[in-house]
Amino acid sequence: MNTYTIALAGNPNTGKSTLFNTLTGLRQHTGNWAGKTVVKAEGEFVHNSSSFRIIDLPGTYSLYSNSADEETARDYIIFEQPDVTIVVLDATSLERNLNLALQVLEMTHRVVVCINLMDEAEKLGIDIDLAAISRKLGVPVAAISARSRQGIPPLLDLVEKVAAGILVPQPLMVRYSDETERQLAELEPQVRCILGTRFPSRWVALRLLDGDENLLSSIKARMNEEGIRPEQEVVSYGRTACH
Amino acid sequence: MVFRMVSYGIALSDAKMGSRIRLNRIDIQGVMRRRLLDLGFVPGNVVEVIQKSPLGDPTAYRISGTTIALRKEESSLIYGELEGEDAE
Amino acid sequence: MAAPLATNSPDPLDSLLEAARSAAHGTAIRDGIVSDIYRTSREICSDAVKVRDKQKLAGTHKLDKVLTSKLWGFPIMLAILGAIFWITIAGANVPSGWIADFFGIIEGYLTAGFQALHAPAWLHGILVLGFFRGTSWVISVMLPPMLIFFPIFALLENFGYLPRVAFNMDRLFKKSGGHGKQALTMSMGFGCNAAAIMSTRIIESPRERMLAILTNNFVPCNGRWPTLILLSSLFMAVGAVGGLHTFVTAMVVMGIVMFGIAVTLTVSWVLSKTALRGVPTHYTLELPPYRRPQMFKTILLATRDKSWNVLKRAVIVAAPAGILTWILGNIMISGTSILAHIAAFFDPFAHMIGLDGYIIMAFVLGLPANEIVLPILLMGYMSSGAMVDADGLDNIKDLFLQHGWTWLTALNMMLFSLLHYPCGTTLFNIYKETKSTKWTVLSAVIPLVIAITVTFITAQVFRALGWV
Repeated sequence: MNTYTIALAGNPNTGKSTLFNTLTGLRQHTGNWAGKTVVKAEGEFVHNSSSFRIIDLPGTYSLYSNSADEETARDYIIFEQPDVTIVVLDATSLERNLNLALQVLEMTHRVVVCINLMDEAEKLGIDIDLAAISRKLGVPVAAISARSRQGIPPLLDLVEKVAAGILVPQPLMVRYSDETERQLAELEPQVRCILGTRFPSRWVALRLLDGDENLLSSIKARMNEEGIRPEQEVVSYGRTACH
Repeated sequence: MVFRMVSYGIALSDAKMGSRIRLNRIDIQGVMRRRLLDLGFVPGNVVEVIQKSPLGDPTAYRISGTTIALRKEESSLIYGELEGEDAE
Repeated sequence: MAAPLATNSPDPLDSLLEAARSAAHGTAIRDGIVSDIYRTSREICSDAVKVRDKQKLAGTHKLDKVLTSKLWGFPIMLAILGAIFWITIAGANVPSGWIADFFGIIEGYLTAGFQALHAPAWLHGILVLGFFRGTSWVISVMLPPMLIFFPIFALLENFGYLPRVAFNMDRLFKKSGGHGKQALTMSMGFGCNAAAIMSTRIIESPRERMLAILTNNFVPCNGRWPTLILLSSLFMAVGAVGGLHTFVTAMVVMGIVMFGIAVTLTVSWVLSKTALRGVPTHYTLELPPYRRPQMFKTILLATRDKSWNVLKRAVIVAAPAGILTWILGNIMISGTSILAHIAAFFDPFAHMIGLDGYIIMAFVLGLPANEIVLPILLMGYMSSGAMVDADGLDNIKDLFLQHGWTWLTALNMMLFSLLHYPCGTTLFNIYKETKSTKWTVLSAVIPLVIAITVTFITAQVFRALGWV
């Protein structure tokens, strides 16, 4: 039996913990306010012929490491590299929630977007065209109501397919201003050259351009820990040999 | 600071209940600026003023499909142009 | 490739950093990045999301127009709090009696069993009168109110009311130098202060988080509700009968809670002017749409969680405490039990603050968990010669009266319970979260000083006025 690791990411109060409870049969406390879950929770479940280890990341508004929570969530996705990251979105506030989904798509292509609270959206008179969203994002999208356990099996089918590599998402990359794109084009090859393909180079380049220097120290610490050395063809005057 | 001959319109804190403001400037720096950006307070986005707290402050704003409360300290540093009722 | 990195060559990662800095030309691009992401989000939503009916979306706002309105915001908040207390008190009385009766019958059988086996008296004492009675006490007094209070509270929480409380009260917290989200961590404190300490992580500013940690125990927790409810029902609502009695009891409990909130704000204010000086940091609070809670599931889960919690604490903490209390109450030194010696030691001090030595001793021994303060007190009283069968509420009152209780004793015990140092688990969590011995000690000392001061003042003032 295949064992996969999946992470739940999403804004605070999107029902991640409810989904986590539904999947694992565990009982994290849930409540209708932002910040209810402060501790990372972990559980396990089986679906079809695969078993899954699932991690409920802290709910965050972004993954730019403005806070300890955001750093935890970011580090998990970047360093632990779960087989699938489920981005849980609140159907009643998709616009704000997609902000986070787009950030995750820059970090990994193995994403399933899960739109939760469909029942609430229905009540509020919000219609969501799932196919359109899936087409635009380039990743599979499932609609669920975690509280009433609706839509869970189709979601897990998608998760399993992405985990097994049967489904390979082609995520949308946000296009930034010409200036930023030019800078990215300059920096990304160097990132790829030094860090290899282990990390998403466009994302790392973007973070570096944004001045997120502690990301590099995290990467450095991580590489030391794993005994991996960055690209070592360093010539004596200190420039990397790859171009 | 570069001086620009642009009107920044009104601060969120001065906007009437129910009015809609298209944001054009956020005069806050550091972590709070980044937090506000994450919540959707980005130039170009439209904010609707919803409701004051019973004690007069904070005020709830509708932005990107969510409701966020801000204190006067912050909302007085976020500027935008008044939008017409039907503008989207 | 396998050659070790020359130690004096620059780290490739550092050179990457250099490259990034030069590429960015030192400009801040975060605004642009986030704006572009939001623009993309908006484009996706404008195509894929249709709002059929704007009126429906306005429903949450309409409700907020009432629940957070200038006129109704606070009255509704108070009414909801009062109603929860009223329902809890009205509903808990009868089942509490049933459970106590049930355990009383079991105790009778156990005693008969011990006699049939010719077990020594001390074994019966420790196991039945100590262990069993201590445990059954916690369960019968604690379980029913908790099983009513927490499901109702969970319903409110799932409905989305808590952020509105934080929204309504923010101005007060700002004035006292605290964070608006302190209202949320306080709400968690109603359940358990130890858990609430963890929930203060939602406050990012270390200074304001510390304020929330240091003041959290002024919100009565799980372990203290029953003490407050029992004492106000026995002593504060005398004279009122029937429905009015329940109402008065609920109002007294609510008064105590309001006083706790007032103390929280005052202590926050003083600390933020002294040891934790600083300006309030920035604040954003999300007000999620109201959601209709799943009645059945929420009630079931809250009930199961709380009953498990109470039972666990009863066995883990109350049981050994029951045994210890029994031993202390039955080992005699020069004709008096150790318990009585300790009580006599605390007595003069206790009298100054309107309590007695047994009460102080119960609070001292109750450090591991607030749940056991009342049982220890009762066992202490019972071991001191008063032969009372403590399985009915009236009998408990008789027991208290025999030990010279007045309404002032009850009031001060409630105040002391509300204000005194947090329980052992909470202190442990405070240490874990702050990593500071100094603040952990302060988080016990500050409340203790306040508890002693307040009860001293009430005792002295009411006695001077001749009210007692």
